[in-house]
Amino acid sequence: MATIPVDERRINERFGPHLSAMTGERLSTSVEPEKLVKTHCCFCGQQCGIQLKVRDNQVIGFEPWEEFPFNRGMLCPKGVKRYLQGSHPDRLLTALRRDPSAPNGFSAMPYAEAVGRVASEISRLQSAHGPGSVGVLGGASLTTEKTYLLGKFARVCLKTPFIDYNGRLCMVSAGAANKKAFGIDRVTNPWADMIGTSVIWVAGSNVAECSPITTNYLWQAREQGAKIIIQDPRLTPIARTCDLFLPVKPGRDAALFAGVLQIMIEHHWIDQRFIDAHTVGFDAVAAYCRDWTIEKTAEVTGVPRRSIEHAAEMWAKAPTGFLLHARGIEHHSNGVQNVLGSINLVLATGRLGRPHCGYGTIVGQANGQGGREHGQKCDQLPGLRDISNPEHRKYISGVWGIDERELPGPGVDAYEMFRKIDAGEIKGLVAICFNPKVSLPDNHFVTRCLEKLEFFVAIDFFLNDTARHADIVLPGSLHEEDEGVVTQVEGRVIKVNKAVECPGEARQDWKIIQDIARALDRSKGFTFTEPREIFEELRVASKGGIADYSGVTYEKVEREMGVFWPCYAEDPKTGAPIADHPGTPRLFEPGSYNPIAKGAGPFYFPDGRARFNVADHRVPADDVSEEYPTFLTTGRVVSQFLSGTQTRRIGPLVNQYPEPRLELHPKLAEKLGIVDRDWTVTETRRGTITLRAMVVNTIRPDTVFIPYHWAGKKSANQLTVAAQDPISKIPQYKVCACRVKKADGPPAYAAELEPQQ
Amino acid sequence: MKPAHLHFFVDPSRCIGCQACVQACSECDTHRGESMIHLEYVDRASSVQTVPVVCMHCEQPTCAEVCPADAIKRTADGVVQSARKPRCIACGNCVQACPFGVPEVYEDRKLMMKCDMCYDRTSVGKKPMCATVCPSQALFYGTAEEIARLRPMSAPTNRFQFGQQTITTRVFVMAPKQFVQIAKNVDVTASLEPQRGADPFEHVEI
Repeated sequence: MATIPVDERRINERFGPHLSAMTGERLSTSVEPEKLVKTHCCFCGQQCGIQLKVRDNQVIGFEPWEEFPFNRGMLCPKGVKRYLQGSHPDRLLTALRRDPSAPNGFSAMPYAEAVGRVASEISRLQSAHGPGSVGVLGGASLTTEKTYLLGKFARVCLKTPFIDYNGRLCMVSAGAANKKAFGIDRVTNPWADMIGTSVIWVAGSNVAECSPITTNYLWQAREQGAKIIIQDPRLTPIARTCDLFLPVKPGRDAALFAGVLQIMIEHHWIDQRFIDAHTVGFDAVAAYCRDWTIEKTAEVTGVPRRSIEHAAEMWAKAPTGFLLHARGIEHHSNGVQNVLGSINLVLATGRLGRPHCGYGTIVGQANGQGGREHGQKCDQLPGLRDISNPEHRKYISGVWGIDERELPGPGVDAYEMFRKIDAGEIKGLVAICFNPKVSLPDNHFVTRCLEKLEFFVAIDFFLNDTARHADIVLPGSLHEEDEGVVTQVEGRVIKVNKAVECPGEARQDWKIIQDIARALDRSKGFTFTEPREIFEELRVASKGGIADYSGVTYEKVEREMGVFWPCYAEDPKTGAPIADHPGTPRLFEPGSYNPIAKGAGPFYFPDGRARFNVADHRVPADDVSEEYPTFLTTGRVVSQFLSGTQTRRIGPLVNQYPEPRLELHPKLAEKLGIVDRDWTVTETRRGTITLRAMVVNTIRPDTVFIPYHWAGKKSANQLTVAAQDPISKIPQYKVCACRVKKADGPPAYAAELEPQQ
Repeated sequence: MKPAHLHFFVDPSRCIGCQACVQACSECDTHRGESMIHLEYVDRASSVQTVPVVCMHCEQPTCAEVCPADAIKRTADGVVQSARKPRCIACGNCVQACPFGVPEVYEDRKLMMKCDMCYDRTSVGKKPMCATVCPSQALFYGTAEEIARLRPMSAPTNRFQFGQQTITTRVFVMAPKQFVQIAKNVDVTASLEPQRGADPFEHVEI
């Protein structure tokens, strides 16, 4: 039974989101902290170093951590106010059970009893319908230890193939394309390598709002001579001072890359020597690009012809270069192709494996990198291993002490799991660190699926929007209440440190997972007593995999303020123990050895060569039409994060940008008779939303933008389409067809809900 | 005492409007809960350009000159402080007079408060909170040599023309190098003329 137990407004009264404010010791100018804890921000993939001020088991403020090399004290507003998520009135302090007779829909229950109920429901479902009747959803904001444990829990304890994670909404297009092109899924260089480069191409990344610290790297590179190219349907803050702006029409990125590569080939602005020596597949790509004449490219992409020519020349003729991209090109049903197109531009210039020459995706979530490496992804085992590969299965089964035949095969992506719930195949769900009711596309469908579940347990520190459907909620841990490692945007493994103890009955997530295993009487392999023990097993499990962490230790991470994987305990060439491997800040250096190529070349394929892949432009699903003539694209604002479970509870961040607004160009606004701040209705084939207009000429006139951090009637994902990339299964968040009109008046929610609700 | 070789530099061309400075300012131990920084869009309808405004710490502070209660003091190291509590009568003269629009009167406590360059931090050799956290380093605190090395395309200037009034400040603004070389000072009044940039999407028909 997983319908919402009572009117949501009554749930709001008790569980929020309410706003935290600076009060008491957090407002005092005279209270001194007892200690400063060096750790990291809990939000995005930059993983900025920060020091938390702690007093009376409460985080009361922060102090910049200027020594940490990535951000040197810099923080965005989310990092500054992150501490206000602790000691929060909405914090879950006990286990809860769904209770329609309770005034707010849920009643507190003793933790042990709640875990017992979870175990008995899982047992009931699995004995009646098989192990695959229960699914697990994880997330990339968890520490790597937790993601490893969760993958093991699904496969070994629940014996279900059905586990996936919210990175499915985030980095999978980049990951799949990286593996196809390079054989390894990681950014190639540390960000410091950008300073001194000649050109940086940023495709589909609102850097200033989504990864603010990267702004300083880009602009410092520019001060020192780099030209900056920005490809985006919106003129975002990073685009304001760029050297070349490519205002691409949503969903046309692969076409743009093909057109640019064609110009490079025509002018012989390619590194033929590198292509011949270090790659395969160029000829097929060149043949594909031949169709992408400048005229056709300009027509399809909406980028002026001279800008396309300029981009090709600026990019190709530079001696050194960096290409970065993010969800703007990845959140498409053509996401993998878009990423491959960008990689083709990099490979054609041969600018890899050297200082100032790099490529990478800017990950979105805290552990966007580490969270996709160690087995909470449906097709994967620890160390970036493949669950369908017999050797990989054998190795991991050995580490886990199970018979390989007991290890389930690949499951399905997170959205497909919901389709399986809809079909009645998955009947029970364990979810942590994932708020699909807000974050998945076409979320009315997701809601209907949640309502069909026979049993749903959510582990969370706040009652997020999805957890309102839960039968049982187990009170998990905040970032500052646990320790563990996280791998940030550059592939640098960093360490999150515990600042305070869990309040009330709440406890660390890894303990909760193990408690469920114990209650199921399947505790073998789930008896870790601290995160360090989990990490030590993860080191062994990752050993010999591409994401090899075997040489990483907590001490080394702290001492060196981060270690770049792969970091070996044994020399991959000789097998001899290495006492202190330095890690691998820069991939693909000439002469570098990796366990796949075994010396044949720098790339992670048996022949050591990188792969060109034909990157086909395909028109997006649900493209514009006469009926729905305008593109809708979605994204972030700087003061909010993902589905807002944390940031919609932090007062100063909510005040900065309280509610979503519809961004549209004055040309479109004029045509529709809309002026700034008018209430507007945006409609797609799946849903409608009523928001205030924000009329700005910093967006394509054929496109509107809505930020996605809000729930319910304010959720942008009521509108988005569940079309997915055929390879990566990432949803197409960045484009669908809509129509916009002026609203008759304010929506009902305007009078009923606070901005963050 | 603020070390004399460390200076505050504002580079609006780098500002991304993220408000990290505003949020961090409210964490300062001398005025927790209140931000002394103003960060505004110049004209959001036509641009994402934002400008962070901190106190410029004038050599001859107009705010202090017009204060009837003599409540605004400039320390020997050149930092203009918030009004002194016993003296301030919250008349708002300083608010009206400041050419940069910095001071604010807090009616609930009848006191003018403004950016004091994080005097509790800078006087002990630390960086101000805002310049430490600023993700784009539009706010920078360091030596003249550092800024010259880090910003080769621009140069610091600290002389501003407001009509007949010329003001020299402790805080520097980064401006394009060629401009700083030819202009004696920044004519602020002239730059207030409305300027609307070209529409970057002019070519897109709907």
